[in-house]
Amino acid sequence: MSAALLKHWQRAMDWRWLLPVLLAGGLVVAFAIPHFRLLNNYVQLVLICVGINIILATSLNLVNGYMGEFSLAHAGFMAVGAYSSALLSMKVLPVVTHPALFHLAVLAGGLVTALLGLLVALPSFKVRGDYLAIITLAFLMIVKSALENIDAVGGPRGISGIPRLTTLPWVFCWTAALVWLIRNFVYSSYGRGVLAIREDEIASDLMSVDTRRVKILAFMLSAFCAGIAGALFAHLLQFISPRVFDIVKTTEILIMVYLGGIASIGGSILGATLYTVLLELLRPSTVAALLSWLPAVVFNPLNEYFIRHLGMLRMIIMPLALVMVMLYWPRGILGMREFRGFIPLGDRWPPPAVRPRGADVA
Amino acid sequence: MTSASVYWLQQILNALQLGSIYALIALGYSLVYGILTMINFAHGDVFMVGGFLCFLAATLLGLPFVPTLLLTMTATAGLGVIIERMAYKPLRNAPRVSAIITALGVGLFLENLTLAFYPYPQHVPPLLLNVTWRLGGLALSSLQLIVISLSLTLMLVLDYVVRRTMVGLAMRAISWDKTYVPLMGVPVNLIISITFAIGAGLAGAAGTMYSLAYPVIDPYMGIMVGWKAFIAAVVGGIGTIRGAMIGAYILGGVEIIVVALLPSTYRDLVVFSLLLALIVIRPHGILGAPRAQKV
Repeated sequence: MSAALLKHWQRAMDWRWLLPVLLAGGLVVAFAIPHFRLLNNYVQLVLICVGINIILATSLNLVNGYMGEFSLAHAGFMAVGAYSSALLSMKVLPVVTHPALFHLAVLAGGLVTALLGLLVALPSFKVRGDYLAIITLAFLMIVKSALENIDAVGGPRGISGIPRLTTLPWVFCWTAALVWLIRNFVYSSYGRGVLAIREDEIASDLMSVDTRRVKILAFMLSAFCAGIAGALFAHLLQFISPRVFDIVKTTEILIMVYLGGIASIGGSILGATLYTVLLELLRPSTVAALLSWLPAVVFNPLNEYFIRHLGMLRMIIMPLALVMVMLYWPRGILGMREFRGFIPLGDRWPPPAVRPRGADVA
Repeated sequence: MTSASVYWLQQILNALQLGSIYALIALGYSLVYGILTMINFAHGDVFMVGGFLCFLAATLLGLPFVPTLLLTMTATAGLGVIIERMAYKPLRNAPRVSAIITALGVGLFLENLTLAFYPYPQHVPPLLLNVTWRLGGLALSSLQLIVISLSLTLMLVLDYVVRRTMVGLAMRAISWDKTYVPLMGVPVNLIISITFAIGAGLAGAAGTMYSLAYPVIDPYMGIMVGWKAFIAAVVGGIGTIRGAMIGAYILGGVEIIVVALLPSTYRDLVVFSLLLALIVIRPHGILGAPRAQKV
């Protein structure tokens, strides 16, 4: 980017009302799309998945990126949120007659998951690095096989017939709220503590960072968000089983985080969006729709080829892309950098041309 | 003998068979961790590739057991070296997490690539004449004996290589120190490649024996068996050769006991809970020595 363009970009990003305007605009669009049927159901579904994946990637980035731990438990947290909210909305709350109660179920799913996040945070006082990764992996496996063995939640068959209540506008609201929550946490004094723990835990302890409290908060917040994403996911899919939340799901979220870049909220949003959209674009039906302008002589054999092979190819391309990103772009797209609009005004560099209101009083 | 003691003797044999296969895979995790302090999460999938190569050699080439085993071990050893050279070596000085993520990616790639060729579980033809002897109530199959004895032989050979040969000496030296050992003329890259080749070759042997002992194979079988073997390595003390063997037999025993006493779906629950408890109580495993953390 040329210097002049960069300056314009910075000036645009420094506009105080940028995020509120973007959010309000996004909200209007999110409500308008289903109301006026601007996009078909498939595209809406993809957008909903993007929203859920943004929540997952951002919250995992809090632990794996900002705090520098390596957690594999995210799919387990998601499972807990999905199961608890699904049970609530099917057995306890009358969501069919009062759809607004759905949000209560989602919130409850998040809170239950946050409690489990506390359980994972406790061993992290003593154990770091590889061994913490093993603990989170064991947690994921225990959650999965516990769910498989509890007959009350369907055992290996899972739960089906969950009401479909996850809609695009509400996913937008949840995503915006949770990303805002995580962003504020990262730039709070606890967030500085999280960064300090990543750089050097012992030194930060000496500099009076309450490392235990910071770790508990970070793990619980991360788990809370994953639980909410799981709850939204359950009410979108209408069917959940322990098999959905396995190590492959965690790997997917890891790919989003590391593709977008560690320790960057903008990066996680970008990574989740790119990953979800690209994987959808590689579906045979999407490719066929994109290529339908070709003459039939060319189109038909191509289409046949894609229908037969693309499903496998995309599963091969995905992990290969991850390895390539790690080899040639180890920090991801926005690793350790941030979308300028997300950084608090006082922290931006170079400082905004217009000083924030009240700054010149002091 | 009473029927109960025969039953348990039978279970011990089963545990030895399962533990032997876990041990061969766990050794690969332990060797790599000992040298690079890196968890090679693709190792379980190398084991799976070994199983499929055995299937290929048996069906397409129609080879008997010994050439199949040798071919599989050689091919997986090569695969291990290729993975190390292409995916891990460029990241040797990168943050540890990058290598772990890459390993996860390589594993997923191997799984999905195999899945593209074999979308359905495959039946491996019996390569060995399976004779079952009956001693009292005890059923002793020749396959079980071959799996156990062959694994033990391979482990003894490995133990000898690591403790008594120049290559083993170099491996231990590199795991001790990575700054000054290269200055002493130890070819670090070569030794690391050899380590990967040995680990992957053992995983290939394990894959061959697994697919003969449990003859339905699918591309995702490496995930669970791989994780279990990894647990075995951690339980025994990751980075130690003998620890990995002990841990694998303990794990095999625990699994067989759980399945004998409880519904088999509780197996993973119990195994992973035990792992969690062990890591919190004794993070360095049974034989591992705690590494001092420098401040």
